[in-house]
Amino acid sequence: MRTLFVSFSLFSLLAFLVVLSLSFGAVSLSISEILSGFTPDSEFYFTIHEYRFPRAVLAVLVGAMMALSGALVQGVIRNPLASPDVLGVSQGAGLAAVVLMTLFPSVSIFWLPWAALAGGISAALLLWALCGAHSSAIKLAITGVAMAALYSSAVDFLMLTRPLEINNALLWLTGSLWGRGWDQVFMILPWLVLLPLAFWLAKRMNLISLGDEVATSLGVSIPVTRLSALAIAVGLTASCVAICGPIGFLGLIAPHLARRLVGGRHQILLPCSMVVGMVILLLADLLARTINPPIELPAGIMTAIIGAPYFLWLLLKTR
Amino acid sequence: MSLSTHNLSVGYHDKAIVKDVSLIIPDGKIVALLGPNGCGKSTLLKAMSRILSPMEGEIHWQGKNLLTEPSRYLATQLALLPQTQPIPEGIKVKDLVAYGRSPYTGFWGRLTTDDNKVIQDAMDKVGVAELAEQLVSELSGGQRQRVWLAMTLAQDTPYLLLDEPTTYMDLSHQVELMELFKTLNDAGKTIVTVLHDINQAARYCDHLIVMKDGEIITQGEPETVLTKDMLKSVFSLNAQIHQDPIAKTPMCVVE
Repeated sequence: MRTLFVSFSLFSLLAFLVVLSLSFGAVSLSISEILSGFTPDSEFYFTIHEYRFPRAVLAVLVGAMMALSGALVQGVIRNPLASPDVLGVSQGAGLAAVVLMTLFPSVSIFWLPWAALAGGISAALLLWALCGAHSSAIKLAITGVAMAALYSSAVDFLMLTRPLEINNALLWLTGSLWGRGWDQVFMILPWLVLLPLAFWLAKRMNLISLGDEVATSLGVSIPVTRLSALAIAVGLTASCVAICGPIGFLGLIAPHLARRLVGGRHQILLPCSMVVGMVILLLADLLARTINPPIELPAGIMTAIIGAPYFLWLLLKTR
Repeated sequence: MSLSTHNLSVGYHDKAIVKDVSLIIPDGKIVALLGPNGCGKSTLLKAMSRILSPMEGEIHWQGKNLLTEPSRYLATQLALLPQTQPIPEGIKVKDLVAYGRSPYTGFWGRLTTDDNKVIQDAMDKVGVAELAEQLVSELSGGQRQRVWLAMTLAQDTPYLLLDEPTTYMDLSHQVELMELFKTLNDAGKTIVTVLHDINQAARYCDHLIVMKDGEIITQGEPETVLTKDMLKSVFSLNAQIHQDPIAKTPMCVVE
């Protein structure tokens, strides 16, 4: 009953935010103007079909994928404060992107997402090589955090030693949906194949939360489940970061909020996290675009502005 | 002989804790593993429940090597209740107990009417039915221990392996638990449990296995195992053996 109510509320909120995203911006449009924007001969065709709609679609996809990735990592690490960031994937992707921008400024911007994707996946492979398949969850998390700090300081080093390219790098590193369109939507679509794989792990993720010993006794292979879940999380995070840059806090707060709404059963938690992620990123992007138009703030800053107070509130409430 | 070990050595990081142990767990009994801290009783239990792989030797279930049997099948045969468990976030008591049914459910974990009956039955047996809608994270240590036990019962296995199940429980719940073992045992289940309280073991268990330094020192009925010499050599205790005036089982009184 509660789950039904929560789903209904979340989907209503999502639909409302999609309409708002299409309506607001440098120019505000009415519902009929939005609808007419989907026909090629309309004067709003460019604003809606080429600009606001693909951007909203991308926010929905990236929000869902980052949140799902966070839910998987929190499940495997067995710590609600974990997020894809503890794997160092975002930072690895960031380092690769900054290396490309600062050391090879002549290379076409077309290669930027691919370099970031390769960086993110390499970071995950390196983490796996360092920890191995049988290490404990906590060792994985600590190693991942250490690697992430290493990548971040390498990024800082590059930006400080090459101040000429710093603006582009900074813009990319804060994570934004600015300037993204249908090309980016189509780049991210193939990664959606990871979604059913994640759901297929839901039952085993529940058992992992009971501890390695009980899970083994219930017939779950810990190394196989952990590796599959983390591989899916890495794929989801790396593809999102490659396209939008590292959008902070999303993979941390979305599953966290979802767990408070519907509890910890992954059959419900995973889809609920995805919808919460969509809502948060749409809201963040909407605020980022409309606070002071036509100047845009990066959505990554907005998620942090929404996320940090939420965490403080949570800390105060649990005291 | 359903569960047996053959020249089993097992431990952590190449260091054997259990050394060359050959043991047959007697079917249909309540079996207690006793011994001082670090003697290897928990390690032996973990090996028998597949948490640790043997360094040498083998563990057999129904005459077949435990490592080559399908893990889902074994999950319907042997259930383990470890000493400590993490506290799962946002999980209700009835959900946790329901997880015990996972060896029987499909990939999405959907429960049948029969599953729900087993779950309710398990919660009734350990007296946590009235906690069903509460979050596991909000329970006391003793309540949580009983909920975990209910989950183990929901797994509905002929063998139960329990690592110090009475820890965190007050005395009345400890007694209830030992009585529950009797009921489960009467229904045909074999129970292997690590216990610290020797008198509790002697009173409620049929078969005691005493370990020291990774080896089995002695085993058998409480009357033959519980002696002045054993307590001296294994536990370094000067104690007298008397008869429990109620249960007529042997009990030790430290001098």
